[in-house]
Amino acid sequence: MRRLIFAFLALSFLACSPARAQLTIEIVGGAGTTIPIAIVPFENEANWPLGITGIVAADLQRSGLFRSVEAGILPRPARAEDVKYGDFRARGADAAVVGSMRALGDGRVEVRFSLLDVVKQTQLVTMTYVVTPAQFRATAHRIADVIYEKFTGDAGVFSTRIAYITKQGSRFELIVADADGGNPQAIVASNEPLLSPAWSPDGSRLAYVSLENKKPVIYIQSMATGQRQVLANFRGSNSAPSWSPDGRRLVVTLTREGGSQLFLINADGTGVQRLLTSAGIDTEASFTPDGKALLFTSDRGGTPQIYRMTIATGAVERMTFEGSYNASPRATPDGKGFAFVRREGGRFMIAIQDYATRQVQILTPGPLDESPSIAPNSRMIIYAAQQGPRGILAGVSSDGRVKQRLVSPAADVREPAWGPLLR
Amino acid sequence: MRKWIIGALVVVAVAGCSSTGTQDAAPVDDKGPTATAPATTGGATTSGATTTGVSGTPAGGAGAASALKDPNNILSKRNVYFDYDQFVVKDEYKPLVEAHAKYLQANRGARAIIQGNTDERGTREYNIALGQKRADAVKKLMILLGASEIQIETVSFGKEKPRREGHDEASWAENRRADIVHAGE
Repeated sequence: MRRLIFAFLALSFLACSPARAQLTIEIVGGAGTTIPIAIVPFENEANWPLGITGIVAADLQRSGLFRSVEAGILPRPARAEDVKYGDFRARGADAAVVGSMRALGDGRVEVRFSLLDVVKQTQLVTMTYVVTPAQFRATAHRIADVIYEKFTGDAGVFSTRIAYITKQGSRFELIVADADGGNPQAIVASNEPLLSPAWSPDGSRLAYVSLENKKPVIYIQSMATGQRQVLANFRGSNSAPSWSPDGRRLVVTLTREGGSQLFLINADGTGVQRLLTSAGIDTEASFTPDGKALLFTSDRGGTPQIYRMTIATGAVERMTFEGSYNASPRATPDGKGFAFVRREGGRFMIAIQDYATRQVQILTPGPLDESPSIAPNSRMIIYAAQQGPRGILAGVSSDGRVKQRLVSPAADVREPAWGPLLR
Repeated sequence: MRKWIIGALVVVAVAGCSSTGTQDAAPVDDKGPTATAPATTGGATTSGATTTGVSGTPAGGAGAASALKDPNNILSKRNVYFDYDQFVVKDEYKPLVEAHAKYLQANRGARAIIQGNTDERGTREYNIALGQKRADAVKKLMILLGASEIQIETVSFGKEKPRREGHDEASWAENRRADIVHAGE
């Protein structure tokens, strides 16, 4: 662990520290219907301490859309040709996965799997990966992505990463982990609060806000090198960064000209450009997926409500009308609507609104739910919640049916940001 | 506190060339050679801009500065409290705000920073903006009462630095607050 503490700054940064307390994901509610899938342990899988099929099964189970079925067929089929569909059918499986692992002698391993539709008795896909044992987890997530996509039609997000902030005592860390909570790495640590992590669209950089300078300042940090740069450190507060879909600019909230107002800024910190002028608060802006508009929170109407600004024309349209507190809008990547925080009866809950119908669905119970971040396939929303005295992360499907809880054994967890699909 | 001294020295060093305009009290475009540094060195915190608006020495000298610390002087009171979702400075805090405004008016070289805070309810970023609005409300009143714009920087901690961690009305009330901090403190 490379770690330097600068006493006079009362602040330290970690480049890379494995063995963070890992989040464990619990399913607390499932979808109405689930696809029963039999995942047969791969041939020779037991030769390696960390297998693959266990992670594939856990990924699919966690999505709430699949249910593992114990096949228990002996001898275990390893290739599509060996499969007797009737055996799987008899055990209630609609889908089956078989495969094999083979050491190539140079330290690498050939991983082969086939996905079968048991009902239609057809082979859906066969794929081969040549990987090192260190890549087993990543390979398992890729296999789970393929299976998820074949059966649901949506991209799988098991290979994506999430960023979040932990607070333990007076220590704050910005953590990046696999979407299942595995492999957590602290990329920033500070004795002052960190908030609002935002992924660049290519996943190579994270913008975030730090109070280490006794005021909110926005930084951008490279995932590959750990190098960081000040994005905005103007007079007053600098916060709420969000990237444009092309990764060249960010929208931020600055108070340098008085009040909390929206500005565009190039990713290198140049070209600051004011977007709007309002008498009240404008903040929490984020781009729509086409990059042409922004959703943001403003109290220009007397209470915090969500507005949409068309960037080219500057036209602003109010999006939420019910309730006295609607904030933190995040456009869904499918372009159909946005997730946000609604306060109702003193409870803060995550909700989703459809552009076309204007219909709002409340997805979570509160009482202090916030910071919604949407999976790149638009199917899940991860958010921060309060459980007793603890901050935790939770997940909910965008139809409200699947509910997950991401529990950290040691720290308060908050401010989740779901990373992009990396293809 | 060494950070303060270092920050103050840096800004004092550039103060001579930053006497025009309210936006020029400190480097606002922070892309000097220190702006890019490996996170492992903590280098991005080395800019003098960290102390924007709170640097400088009170022109009134040691006597004026000690008034800030005298527990019998109203200047030792720094906290302005707010109602839920509100950013109006209540009448009971006006004497306190006025005292600090007069102090800045009498000490034109003095600088202050006003830090806005909120309770834990509401989203983090909206609370940063709400805390900013509270700090701005105090600043506006101080300017009306004699302080000048360039003397005061307003920033917000939102709900990120609660003085009380409880989830009850007493904790919330304590955290809905703007704090006046004078340069060098």
